Amino acid sequence: MNVLVIAEHENGEIKDLSLSAVSAGTELGKVNVLIAGHNCRPAAEKASKLRGVSQVLLADAPVYENWLAENLALLISSIAKNYTHLIMTATTVGKNIMPRVAAKLDVAQISDITQIQDNETFVRPIYAGNAMATVQSLDQIKVLTVRATAFEPISGHDDTSGIQLVSPTENVGVSAFIDQEVTKSERPELTSARIVISGGRGMQSGENFAMLEEIADKLGGAVGASRAAVDSGFVPNEYQVGQTGKVVAPDLYIAVGISGAIQHLAGMKDSKVIVAINKDEEAPIFQVADYGLVADLFEAVPSLSAELEN
Amino acid sequence: MKILVAVKRVVDYNVKVRVNLEGTAVETNNVKMSMNPFDEIAVEEGVRLKESGKCDELVAVSIGTSSSQETIRTALAMGADRGILVETDDPIEPLGVAKLLKVICSREKPDIVIVGKQAIDDDANQTGQMLAALLDWPQGTFASRINIENTKAQVTREVDVGLETIEINLPAVISTDLRLNEPRYASLPNIMKAKKKPIDIIPITELNIDIAPRVKVIKVSEPPKREAGVIVENVKELLEKLRNEAKVIS
Ligand SMILES: Cc1cc2nc3c(=O)[nH]c(=O)nc-3n(C[C@H](O)[C@H](O)[C@H](O)COP(=O)(O)OP(=O)(O)OC[C@H]3O[C@@H](n4cnc5c(N)ncnc54)[C@H](O)[C@@H]3O)c2cc1C
Ligand SMILES: Nc1ncnc2c1ncn2[C@@H]1O[C@H](COP(=O)(O)O)[C@@H](O)[C@H]1O
Repeated sequence: MNVLVIAEHENGEIKDLSLSAVSAGTELGKVNVLIAGHNCRPAAEKASKLRGVSQVLLADAPVYENWLAENLALLISSIAKNYTHLIMTATTVGKNIMPRVAAKLDVAQISDITQIQDNETFVRPIYAGNAMATVQSLDQIKVLTVRATAFEPISGHDDTSGIQLVSPTENVGVSAFIDQEVTKSERPELTSARIVISGGRGMQSGENFAMLEEIADKLGGAVGASRAAVDSGFVPNEYQVGQTGKVVAPDLYIAVGISGAIQHLAGMKDSKVIVAINKDEEAPIFQVADYGLVADLFEAVPSLSAELEN
Repeated sequence: MKILVAVKRVVDYNVKVRVNLEGTAVETNNVKMSMNPFDEIAVEEGVRLKESGKCDELVAVSIGTSSSQETIRTALAMGADRGILVETDDPIEPLGVAKLLKVICSREKPDIVIVGKQAIDDDANQTGQMLAALLDWPQGTFASRINIENTKAQVTREVDVGLETIEINLPAVISTDLRLNEPRYASLPNIMKAKKKPIDIIPITELNIDIAPRVKVIKVSEPPKREAGVIVENVKELLEKLRNEAKVIS
């Protein structure tokens, strides 16, 4: 099998989430990694040392700077013929680009796989994770996105593999990046944090999220939210955990003032330990919680924070 | 300007689905079906663009069984002008849907196609991107704001790091995210009016498109079940358990 993993990178580092895609790739065969971007040779050098990677392709040009799908899909599909599998992590970047690549190649894309059974058979959640589908690809080239929480990021090093330059494709020129609004935070990334504390509609306001941030900081964790909390404007969209937000599987997930709708559970039920704090003992979140605390969050959360001080 | 919206009939998001006895699919007999929630957002956006005078005609397209007419009627009651149903009894994969939508686009010549970012049954999140690729159009996925000026659209996208704004040339495909708008409920008079709006029904065979499945479903199974744990009395007990039993904090 010849596997191409398209890795996301930032400031010369391969993103942790993409290390999961490399790891999925090594289950299938020899992995090549494509690093596309502008001034991104340092990331290619990092990739060349990863365990299981036999070749790095570097496409370094201004057209790849902002991950515009039109340009990236053109590049990826132009080199796809050499591969049996094309893989990206199911981030918003991967989800944006890979279906476009698949359509250009006239093959299916298989989204968000959680398990690789053999070269052509994969398991993926459907219906918000209420069912797991085992599917077999009938296409020559398999285009996959992988769920990062289901594959341990690749670790360790190999002998340095070669870096091969790929000549850049033309600028398709139909799309342009304008700007980005990014919330700066010192906390770990939601999708790779070991501890996540999330708030829901029960939090009542954005200001009240400060209580959760305090606990996150004491535990070295990240803060997440339910859709209702994002829709109500308490926190920005990138906090949303769930079927249509981010999928997390930390060692510890604390759900505060979250009812536990199926769409929310879809994004966190693979966490190792789940804690729920909710004043309604009937809340469905308690059906998946290892430890439930039936309490008013406005008493329980400050007291939790105070106890952590000791 | 003409806008096409794609609307899929799916199991209602409130239904707790069950895997069928044969383990081949999810049970869809006698369960409530609705328009895919992201498609309601797509229709709403189209209707708003009509109301603002930017769109002259809004066409709702669905691919599915004859019952998908109900889904199209919902779109018509919300404010779409007419509907197109590509009728088939077989489930069609995103690539097939994209190919069929491409044919509809070549007939209808829309300036913008708005789709949902994800159908909540297959959770694929592919069709819009695939359609854009097949048409060789730009794509603005996961939109939380759309601003149309002449021959371009500025699309603010919900991405993992926050929000990102891009500018794309028209014609283009746009996919909706949750915060784009809040879809309206159709009023009774509009539901009545929608009954008179036309729906063009095209048998899938008439379009002569290769929609053969590329992915074979081997089986569908229940996910591993998570057992409920214990209820603790207070914060002290909770911390004691987390430290000494679960050992997830120190
Ligand atoms: C297409 C679609 C996609 C969706 N995607 C997602 C998704 O990705 N992620 C997601 O989270 N949701 C998603 N949802 C929404 C989901 O269905 C629920 O509506 C949402 O998760 C509810 O959020 P919540 O639990 O914060 O709010 P609610 O359901 O309103 O629950 C609030 C909870 O807070 C508790 N509470 C209130 N006050 C207090 C207090 N003082 N102390 C303690 N407890 C208190 C209440 O008892 C209640 O259980 C989606 C829905 C649709 C239709
Ligand atoms: N059978 C269908 N009929 C109409 N629209 C569809 C169909 N399948 C997918 N779509 C559109 O494509 C979007 C994304 O679907 P998917 O790629 O399956 O997650 C949906 O929100 C719809 O707008």
